[in-house]
Formats: sequence, structure tokens, C-alpha cells
Amino acid sequence: MENKKYDLIIVGGGPGGYVAAIRSSQLGLSTALIEAEHLGGVCLNWGCIPTKALLRTAEIYNLIKHSDEFGITAENISFDLDKIVKRSRNVSKKLSQGVEYLLKKNKVDIIEGWGKLAGQENGYHQLTIENNTSIFSNVESKNIILATGSRARQLPGLEADGKLIWTYREAMVPKKLPQSLLIIGAGAIGIEYASFYQTLGTSVTVVESLDRILPLEDKEISDFAHKAFESRGVNICTNTTVSSMSTKEDSVKVITDSRGENSEITVDRVIIAVGIVGNYENIGLDQTSIEVNKSHIVVDDWCATAEAGIWAIGDLVGPPWLAHKAEHEAIICVNRIAGIEENEPLMIENIPSCIYSQPQIASIGLTEETAKSIGKKIRVGKFPFQGNGKAIALGETEGFVKTIFDSESGEIIGAHLIGSDVTELIHGYSIAKTLESTEEELMRAVFPHPTLSEMMQESVMDAYDRAIHI
Amino acid sequence: MPIKILMPTLSPTMTEGNLTLWVKSEGDRVSPGDVIAEIETDKATMELETVDEGILAKILISEGTEEIPVNTPIAIILEEGETQSDLEGMDININKVESTTDTKAVEDSDVISDNLANPMQDEALNSDVNNRSRNVDTQERIKSSPLARRMAEQQKIDLALVNGSGPNGRIIRADIEAFSLPDIPVVKNDIPQVYKEDYSDYEILPISNIRKVVARRLTEAKQEVPHFYLTVDCEIDNLLNVRDDLNSRAKNNEFKISINDMIIKACAVALMQVPAANASWSEEGIKIYKNANISVAVAINDGLITPIINNANSKGLMTISNEMKELVTQAQDGTLTPDQYQGGTFSISNLGMYGVKNFQAIINPPQGCILAVGKIEKKPVVKNDEITIASIMSATLSVDHRVVDGAIGAQFLNSIKTLIEDPLGMLL
Repeated sequence: MENKKYDLIIVGGGPGGYVAAIRSSQLGLSTALIEAEHLGGVCLNWGCIPTKALLRTAEIYNLIKHSDEFGITAENISFDLDKIVKRSRNVSKKLSQGVEYLLKKNKVDIIEGWGKLAGQENGYHQLTIENNTSIFSNVESKNIILATGSRARQLPGLEADGKLIWTYREAMVPKKLPQSLLIIGAGAIGIEYASFYQTLGTSVTVVESLDRILPLEDKEISDFAHKAFESRGVNICTNTTVSSMSTKEDSVKVITDSRGENSEITVDRVIIAVGIVGNYENIGLDQTSIEVNKSHIVVDDWCATAEAGIWAIGDLVGPPWLAHKAEHEAIICVNRIAGIEENEPLMIENIPSCIYSQPQIASIGLTEETAKSIGKKIRVGKFPFQGNGKAIALGETEGFVKTIFDSESGEIIGAHLIGSDVTELIHGYSIAKTLESTEEELMRAVFPHPTLSEMMQESVMDAYDRAIHI
Repeated sequence: MPIKILMPTLSPTMTEGNLTLWVKSEGDRVSPGDVIAEIETDKATMELETVDEGILAKILISEGTEEIPVNTPIAIILEEGETQSDLEGMDININKVESTTDTKAVEDSDVISDNLANPMQDEALNSDVNNRSRNVDTQERIKSSPLARRMAEQQKIDLALVNGSGPNGRIIRADIEAFSLPDIPVVKNDIPQVYKEDYSDYEILPISNIRKVVARRLTEAKQEVPHFYLTVDCEIDNLLNVRDDLNSRAKNNEFKISINDMIIKACAVALMQVPAANASWSEEGIKIYKNANISVAVAINDGLITPIINNANSKGLMTISNEMKELVTQAQDGTLTPDQYQGGTFSISNLGMYGVKNFQAIINPPQGCILAVGKIEKKPVVKNDEITIASIMSATLSVDHRVVDGAIGAQFLNSIKTLIEDPLGMLL
């Protein structure tokens, strides 16, 4: 039987892969998508979306606990962890089904199985499809996009066992609430879980090997977040690493090392959140000239690998490890495959980043430290939530909006926000940055009153010593 | 609702204009693209086109009216299904300046030169055709990001010279950065040994912006314009005598006419005699200009620039001469404004003062012709079968064959020759 031929086959059905498949089909290419597990990938099933469902629960629980502040009496407040987890899983399931519907609507062939490159014949890249035991199918295509994503990075000697020592996956579906929890790594994932479990009442300790939490964020944001989480009861240890862990029946003994000083702590559970590695293994790269650097496939500005006709996108090709970055790479890559020339590759500094803890954190562009270190002359503006009418009415006065401008050109170099709902505000600066706005347009644009967004403008005005409400 | 036609802004500096002519009369049917009137600004006379369809129902400002502020209503168009009764009750206050314009103006020369300088702008122009409300200022049509505009302003870069690489040709930061790169990187450490050259033999001069523009435009011209060349010798003894005579009339050195000034005038008059040579190629069709705007090549530090004597056909030699002196001074000081060097219809390049016998110049797009003028030599010539001595100046015309054929080119060059040899003919 002859293999089925496609114009484009995508390996991996996460936010990069399925967007690529839909775009491909829109452009009239015959398209197949190979997925080994769940459509929607980590994002929909084990990442962005289900954690947002959990954090929503935490947010509501926190609000109810503080209901008295708003004149509402609520007593005997409690929660049902099973229901919380079930809701989160249902949200994922619903969205995964939604992706399936979208793919079918766009006439994309969905192939369930493990796709693996298997050489070239007559200008067509061959792919085998495997299940647990055997190869059951072959397909071929002129172009292949690898979108196999990433998984949690493991620390040598401190590997997760999935029972007492978790990665983000197990942390998402707890059977019972741990009384105490140690989180290794204070990046976005670690901090979101710290926020969730702490709100539900777990005693949380976060250890971070660098000198501050959220080390990719602006230092002022990191410092503010540090205080905010500590005030909620999270125990934060920076400049600290874990030297060893030993598991007991229902607890873990952890030895930490803080600048040479060892401490011992026993916790119910540990979450390892020390970054991710690309899923580059066992997909047939050895038969190609594709280059892999630290678990990530090397690609050019248009997501082309060193092997003609094979492309790679998303977490598999490197940071920032964000679903929206994967989606944009998908579009850029498929457009290129279809012969649509674009002038501009994806600009890293125009990709926003969001953390959904309480308080939330959102940022885009360069931090103040980075801007200074590369010799930029800058103007910095800041505006606190305390100065915003809507924030006061909401009872959310914690946080600030910081903006950084090139003092010569007025280019908006970076924006860093912490506080309630800032993840829904940051796109304003994304648009401004992509359109290459200067401070002038941001000051001239009319922001509605009363909204949190007014702070975005006030911060800009503050950078030019023109803030009104501070 | 009836559409008000407003006095358009036809140049960045225009605040008022004169309504010289109504091409259409009340009651005439008009369609988009029809010329309805002629407007005179401080710089030029331009045609006013309508972008609306309907009946020119009422002319509010009669022709011959001068100094009409921009955005003053000048006429009203009734659309399909509307009648005179729709005019009643309309707020038509001709003393009131309105804030929108619904017409476009075509200035014969400027638009073309701007388009050439920035091909992307041409696209913008075309895509705007169906846009009813448009900004008539051609400068405004350059799509650019706010950041790019600010950087261009700070670095004194004319956006018309920058190619936009953003969506729909929008000029973005990267384009300004690329344009203002001071230097082309010369030595990279990672160049493999075999390719390494010995750089001690020469030095690399950074490429200035003006150099880049000269390089780009002339490369385009030589690659895209099919040139051909015609050469004549002109006897200029009469011209030299007339010049001496004229200059002797100058009181207190109020003017000193040069040979070049007289060649400018001769070319302008010849262009009026052979209008087909006062032309340029464009996608819409061959443009025949109504005035002779003569660009004159002036050598400046690190390049050359071609300031313009506008309407040289209607200017006297004294005016041309004095304007030219001022333009040369400004060119050398670098204080020319774009309207002083963009929009010429014909060019002259004179290397006679450097002893060049004759040469062939590259056409200055979008113009159709350029005259290359060589040195003046005393030569034996045969007149009435006798050898006499005459002052001879060789001149070579470069012609864009898409616009002007050999016969027209020869006729035009002959007109120039005749005017140079008999300069009193310029007075007619």
C-alpha cells in the first residue's frame, strides 16, 4: 500500500502544532497532525489552562475569606479538593475537545501515535507512526514541522518520583492537600504553585538558587513579589539549593544548602520546578543534519532547521517557553512554507510574559537592569495601585506599573506590572511596542475611567514627570 | 448628504490658495478623478480632482478669487438621488474653515519625484484611491511608525528616501537604523583565513547618506532607464557677446549672468518649444510637464545635488542667475529644503569648467532628459566654404527612450542649439 502523502505534517498537537495545522489548512495545504497523547499539549492539558482553573479557585477562596471587608458575612468556609481538581480537569477536557473540533473543521487529518522521522524518498520526508509496541503506519510529506514541546527538567540525584516528589503534572492533580510543601525553583511555575497551595492553607517553602525569586523579571518586581508572598506566609529561601532528598512513607526529608550552611526540613511533598527540557529524543533526528543545542533544536529566524523541509517551533526550539510564542512561530513557519514572505521574524522583546499568582505579574521587553547593562539611556516611570480609583474600589491596592523608555527616541523598551489582573493589562503595551509607539502616543491615547488601565498611562506620564495622580 | 468640496492643502507650507479656474461648471456631472478646478499655491498651479461622484451643484467661490484659506468650502456636490432642495438648510459658511477635505490634488512634478524616491509610497497612493477622505499632503502618505518618524526627525533623515519593510511598506525602526548605518562592516573576526585580505592597501570611507542616495538612484537609473545619447556642437560667440552686453548693464553688480545661466534659459525655452521632451515615464502614462523646472547638478562635499530653477521658462536671465547663486550657496551649506531639489522636469550637468570636452550624463529619474555640457574651445569651422575660428561648446543629451524617441530628441537638441547660437531667440 502506498503511503499517504501530505504537503505538511506536524508532529505534536500543542498550541504550536495545532495552530500550525489550522494555518496550513487555511493556506490550502493538505495537512496531517500527529499527536501521541492529548490534543492541546501541555498548555491545555497540564500547563497554562488547568493551572488557571486551580488559581481561580484560590482567588475565589481568598476573596470569600476576606468577604467581611466587602460587607459580606461568610462562615465555615471550606473547600473540596477533589471538586477543585475535577473542575480543572474538565476545563482541560473541554478545550482539548475544542481543538479536535477546530482541526476537523479545518480538514486536518489527526493521527494518533508517536511520529518519528524516517529518512527521505523522492523529495518526501518519511514518517513512521508508532504506538507502544509497533510501527503501524507510514506517512510522507514535503515539509514537516516538529512541535513536540518540552517536559519538566529533572535535577540529577533529585529526580521526581511522581508520588512524594512531584513535577508540575502531579502537582496539578493532588489527591489530598499537603500540609507542607517545598518548591524547588522560583520561576513562573514554582511561584504559581506556591500561590495556589499557600492560599489553600499549605505551609509553603520556596528555594531558589539565584539571589532573587522570578529572576527573569525586573528586580523591583522580584523584590515586591518577594515581600508580597512572604506577607501571605510563603517561606522564601534565595541563594539556596537542595543537596539531597530522602523519601519516607508520606514525607520527604530535604537537606538544603544556603551559601554553605546546611539545613534540614521535612515536608509532605516536593515540587520540582527548575525549568524544562525540549522533547527532542526518539523523533528520528539522528538520521538528519538537524542540530540540537542543550535539548533544543537549532532553527533560523523562520523556524527552519538545518535539514531542508524540516522545521521546528515552540518549546522544542528554546525560550521563552510560552504558548503564545509557539503560536506565533507556527504562523510564521507555515506562512514561509506556503511561500508567503514576511519581513519581520518574531521579536523576543515584543513577547509578553504572565504569571498568575496572587498578586499577578506581567512584563514585556527589557528590564531596567538589562536596559542599563546594554548602555541604554532610559527614563523610568512608576505608578502604584494605591493611586488608582478602580483599584481602591476593588480592594486591590497592592502593586505597581513600571515603564521604561529610551530617553533619546521615546521608544517603549519595557513594561513591568505586578498586582491584580495585570495579566489582562499587559497587551496594551504589546500593541504599543509592536506598532513602535513612543511615549507620545501612549500619553495621547484615551484610557477609560475608572479602570486599572489608567495606571498604564500614569506610569508613562510619570516617566516624563507628568503623572497627575501621584 | 451633499458633499462639500474644501480648499485643499497642497503643500506642507500652504495656508491659502488662489482659485484660478473652474474647469467644471455648475450642473456638470463629475466622477472620481475628474479635474474640477485649478488652484494656485505659493509654489505651483495644481489641478484639483474630485474623489466623489455626482453633480457639481453649487460653486461657492468664483474663479479668480485669491487668498482663500485652506479648508474653506469652495463648492458642493450632490450625490445620486439628491436634489437642489437638499442644499437648503445646509450650513454653508464660506468664511468657515472646515476640518476635512474630500478632494485630491495632483501637482505635476512633486508627486512623481516623491514617488520615485520611495516606491512604497506609490503603493500607498494607489491603495488610497478608493479612500474618500484623504489627506492631500503627499508627505503625509509615507507610512511610518511613530518611533521611526521620531528617529528620522532626530537624525534629519528624509522619510521619502527610506524604504519601508513593515506591513504594507510601513517604515519601521529597523529601516531607519539600516538607513543611518554609518559604515558597512568591513572586518569580521570570523572570516575564514583564506578569505582574509590585506587591508593595509586601502582605507574604507564610511558611506554617507547622500552617497547612499546617489548610489541607489543612479544605479536604478542606469539599470532601468534605456538611455540613448545625442551630441551637437554649438557656436557660442553670439551668446558670449550677448552675455557681455547684458552684464555691462548691471548696476552695482546687481547681477552677473554666467554661460550656465543662459544654457538654463535656453533649455527652458526649448522645452516649451518641444513639450514632448519635457516628459517622464510613469506607470499611469507618460507625463508631459507644463513648466520647465530645471535641475542643475551642483557638486557638494561628498556627492552632488540638483537644486531646481522652477518655471525657468517664465523667468528672466537676471532672476535665474540670482536664484542659481543662492541655490549653489545653500547646496554647499547643506541648507536646501526638499522642495528646492525635488520636482525638476529636466537636468543640466556642466563639466566645462573642469576642461571636459564632452560627456554623457546619467538621467535623473523620473526626468526624461539630461543635458551634459562640455568646455568651450576655439576651433576652426567652415563657413561659406571658408575656414574661420569660432567658440565651440559641445553638448550631449541623454534621453529616456521610453518617453522620447530619436527624432523628438534631435528636434529638442536642435532647439537648444539654435537658442544658444542665437540667444535673442530666447526673448521671443
